[in-house]
Amino acid sequence: MNTPAPTRPTAPSAGPADAPAATGTEAHAAPAVEVRGVIRRFSSRSGEVVALSDVDLTVRAGEFVSLIGPSGCGKSTLLRLIADLDEPTAGELAVFGRPPRVARQNHDFGIAFQQAGLLPWRSVRTNVELPLELHGAGRAARRARATELLEMVGLADFAQHLPHQLSGGMQQRVAIARALAERPSLLLMDEPFGALDEMTREHVQTELLRLRAETGAAVVFVTHSIPEAVYLSDRVVVMSARPGQVREVVPVGLGAARDRSDDVREDNAFFDRVRAVREALHGTDGTAPRGVDRR
Amino acid sequence: MTRPATTTWRRGEVVLAPVLLGLLALAAWEAAVVVLELRPFVVPSPSAIGAELTGNVGIIATAALSTALNAWWGLVLGVVGALVAAAVSAAVRTLDEMSAPLAAAAAVVPIVALAPVLYTMFGANVQTARVAIAAIVSFVPVYVNTLRGLRTVAPVHRDLLRAYAATRRQATLTVTLPGALPFFFSGLRVATSLAVISALVAEYFGGPVDGLGKAITSAVSSSNYPLAWAYVVGAVVVGLLFFCGSSGLEKAVLHRRSGR
Repeated sequence: MNTPAPTRPTAPSAGPADAPAATGTEAHAAPAVEVRGVIRRFSSRSGEVVALSDVDLTVRAGEFVSLIGPSGCGKSTLLRLIADLDEPTAGELAVFGRPPRVARQNHDFGIAFQQAGLLPWRSVRTNVELPLELHGAGRAARRARATELLEMVGLADFAQHLPHQLSGGMQQRVAIARALAERPSLLLMDEPFGALDEMTREHVQTELLRLRAETGAAVVFVTHSIPEAVYLSDRVVVMSARPGQVREVVPVGLGAARDRSDDVREDNAFFDRVRAVREALHGTDGTAPRGVDRR
Repeated sequence: MTRPATTTWRRGEVVLAPVLLGLLALAAWEAAVVVLELRPFVVPSPSAIGAELTGNVGIIATAALSTALNAWWGLVLGVVGALVAAAVSAAVRTLDEMSAPLAAAAAVVPIVALAPVLYTMFGANVQTARVAIAAIVSFVPVYVNTLRGLRTVAPVHRDLLRAYAATRRQATLTVTLPGALPFFFSGLRVATSLAVISALVAEYFGGPVDGLGKAITSAVSSSNYPLAWAYVVGAVVVGLLFFCGSSGLEKAVLHRRSGR
């Protein structure tokens, strides 16, 4: 067992309805995301797969936390549980002190996936307007907000274009603008830059840092890339596979998002943190290889 | 500077090349008939067919209109029925499971073969049987394709709508229906050609005496082979008009889409 979180509640797990009760007024005193003893098992024809085994995680309001780990470590599953796109087999989750289902219905978070997932028949502008439209915002308000967002991601000139006329990186920026449409205090991102080439990737990373500094939103960011996780995050949660568990939480401490620039990538502190995450991932501390080298 | 000129030339080439090939083929055909002294019942010369065509434009057009109207109403009925059925099947899962084998069966039955039965059923002196055949034939591809389109929602879009707590109605309007449109149109394209073919072929099996199919059979039985071929030209024109209509509609509706 590696670094179990010290604050496991001892109370028997209750239904999500009984999750840490926060009244509406105190909602922002609650952490952005709270995960307690979450287990997720998938049963398939070939048997049962434990995607997540006893995971604890707290993401404070305004904090940027990356989830990193090998394929099959359950990092995407964890994100889907937070977004209420899936339900845990056991354990509790809370988003701003409320069950994920309530948070989803309250539109408490914005979300972006590895595929930009833009609607191909809609213009860039109306794609960004989608969440506002679904939640009944007026036409003028939608237009104004979309214009603002497209300026923010540097795509104001492409408002009338269709998604297929944009490059992959530009599409992903549209998807991020869409995720930010309702000024959420929490952004959930599932490998949003996974399909981009390295140069585009570094560019959108810096852009994400800037957006995050401007919005002050908490971010849960799933990634495969160690430098990406270190560059963006306040803390990096390193996970291991079979069963999916949190192996270690690496604090990054490269300063506030607004102060980070591309120069950080060449900083010794940056390399030091990259090494720390890599070691946590590959288990060079001598205890972990058992779990990795079993086969 | 050279680019627009090149594109114009290429566009001209695209139109010119097939026209040229067609003219060459007609010339070769004419030459073959003359040189080999082919008899008209084997194949008449293009010039003979052309003469019949220009001499009988009126009656050919009347026959073509009659067939086209049957195909048109059959197509309209079939498409409307298919859309309603696909919507219901998409909404009610069990209904879909029940109807899937029926749709598959209907797809392999040569509906035109039912023509004699339908003439008896509806009466041989009205067009109803022909319209019914065109309707059934065009129903199947539109139903199958549209239903598949309604079922095909990209997982990322499904997740997105769920994450944004979209209602079922919103999900249908913003993602499912627009996503199903290209599927509907590929069904419609198939249905359009099938409607014309089946309305025409159905005439071979009986019914009233108007229409291209009837005209072709009666021209052949009175040994007027060039006239029969002239009617075939009429059928080609009707088929082309229907095809252009449906693909034009498709282009107009989907013109803002990507070519995925």
